Amino acid sequence: MLSKVSSALRGIGHRLIDRVWRFGSGARFFVYTLIYSGESFRRLHLTIREIYFTGVMSLIIILVSAFFVGMVLALQGYNTLQKYGSSDAIGVLVALSLVRELGPVVTALLFAGRAGTAITAEIGLMKATEQLSAMEMMAVSPIARVVAPRFWAGVISMPLLAAMFSMVGVLGGYLVAVPLIGVDNGAFWSQMQANVDWRVDVVNGVIKSFVFGVACTMIALFEGFDAPPTAEGVSRATTRTVVNSSLAVLGLDFIMTSFMIGA
Amino acid sequence: MSDNIVEIDNLSFGYKGRLLHKGINMSFARGKVIAIMGGSGSGKTTLLRLIGGQLKPTHGKVLVDGEVVHKQNRHGLYLLRRKMGMLFQFGALFTDLSVYENVAFPIREHTDLPESIVRDLVMMKLNAVGLRGARNLMPTELSGGMARRVALARAIALDPAIIMYDEPFTGLDPISMSVTCNLIRSLNDALGATSILVTHDVKEAFSIADYVYIVANGVVETEGTPDDLRKSELPFVHQFVHGEVDGPVPFHYAAPDYKKDMLRGHDAE
Ligand SMILES: Nc1ncnc2c1ncn2[C@@H]1O[C@H](COP(=O)(O)OP(=O)(O)OP(=O)(O)O)[C@@H](O)[C@H]1O
Ligand SMILES: [Mg+2]
Repeated sequence: MLSKVSSALRGIGHRLIDRVWRFGSGARFFVYTLIYSGESFRRLHLTIREIYFTGVMSLIIILVSAFFVGMVLALQGYNTLQKYGSSDAIGVLVALSLVRELGPVVTALLFAGRAGTAITAEIGLMKATEQLSAMEMMAVSPIARVVAPRFWAGVISMPLLAAMFSMVGVLGGYLVAVPLIGVDNGAFWSQMQANVDWRVDVVNGVIKSFVFGVACTMIALFEGFDAPPTAEGVSRATTRTVVNSSLAVLGLDFIMTSFMIGA
Repeated sequence: MSDNIVEIDNLSFGYKGRLLHKGINMSFARGKVIAIMGGSGSGKTTLLRLIGGQLKPTHGKVLVDGEVVHKQNRHGLYLLRRKMGMLFQFGALFTDLSVYENVAFPIREHTDLPESIVRDLVMMKLNAVGLRGARNLMPTELSGGMARRVALARAIALDPAIIMYDEPFTGLDPISMSVTCNLIRSLNDALGATSILVTHDVKEAFSIADYVYIVANGVVETEGTPDDLRKSELPFVHQFVHGEVDGPVPFHYAAPDYKKDMLRGHDAE
């Protein structure tokens, strides 16, 4: 009995130490990425290429999702608001939900699934096929050549994608609220204009999606770089990217929101 | 400047505590082709990684051009690596770049040459391996042997002083085999380089190498010129050179007694 308890405790301890260790090597990897970023900025075409692969290629899924999220928001919002006779505020509701929360968060979750997994799988396979080793042996740092451009591409793409998400979401909400339900067109836009604050809402939303960009891209890159160089290792790493990115996004969102609302 | 471009001095190394190399001494003279032979899993690839500074020795040291490899900082290590070209066991071509761009990669990374000169260099290297016509293919469109030759062109793109070949002959047909064999020798002499050839193919290695090291059980079992080794009466060398099954070299990875292992049944693990 006692031995079972102690071995269970030891198991928990091992796993904990393992987590802490991985977190530490992740942090070190992050610092290296920042250090080598200078080298990668000199080869800007690499970053631009990655913006195309991570950002532009994620556009369709993100814009389509945004459109539907906006439409659903308007439907649900109207349903509740009209009970209190304030259905004119529908524009504010849609815009604030998108700009403050859904834009950054849903974009980050979709980004993790669409671009993050691709990054992890690509880097993991490059490692498994010794491409990263070969680069090292050619005196080219894989962090400068492979990791840093992808990192900056993700960090730049995320806020832009989130902004487009909010924009298309508002458009979707508008189409449902004004032409379909018949809310007054002028009220929809003027209420929105009056109640969405540049500093408190828009800038905070951008800050959030910037932080999510750093977190999601870094997790995807680290999981790929750290993956055991086998087919199984890469597939597990890809799964971990989605799980860890999603948890990180939701956790960070809660923390940032509590600071932003408190302030 | 010493006569030996690479010196391996009492080198020990092990993964996870199990020592793979137990005090290896080798020295590679400039301009020579040196073959390192040994059974599968005897740590030949690992040895090349130690020379390239991708692993740190447990004891001892590797000197490349007079510098201790594992004492270098990153900058020093990269300077040393620019003198080396390595052909990986499976090619390790960049799958997102074409054959042309793969060979151009080290040139673009380390020089600011204009595109016309990059092109000339790439064409020369591809011509040397007989694949000038394949320049627009992607690595996935190549056979294993072709991929290895492209990787060779990439490894020699910047005319390295040391060229390391990890099993360049595996999976080649007899014709490509002798072509590659001649290529290694002629590249070595044309570039004035030193070549380190890791292989199990006794016949090919003996036909082009100037000097041969045979490693087993973590140490250099024997060394000498191919002629010396052919004549050698040592049972180990005889077994290796003539490919006999019975002899001092074990075929098995260190394991408990077979009969005991089987009798222990399923409860053992
Ligand atoms: N990354 C690693 N981690 C742990 N052990 C390893 C690792 N790489 C290799 N080994 C072990 O080290 C030993 C030597 O491997 P190495 O690849 O150097 O052999 P080799 O001589 O090149 O064999 P082959 O001729 O089959 O290519 C093997 O027994 C292998 O199990
Ligand atoms: Mg090997």
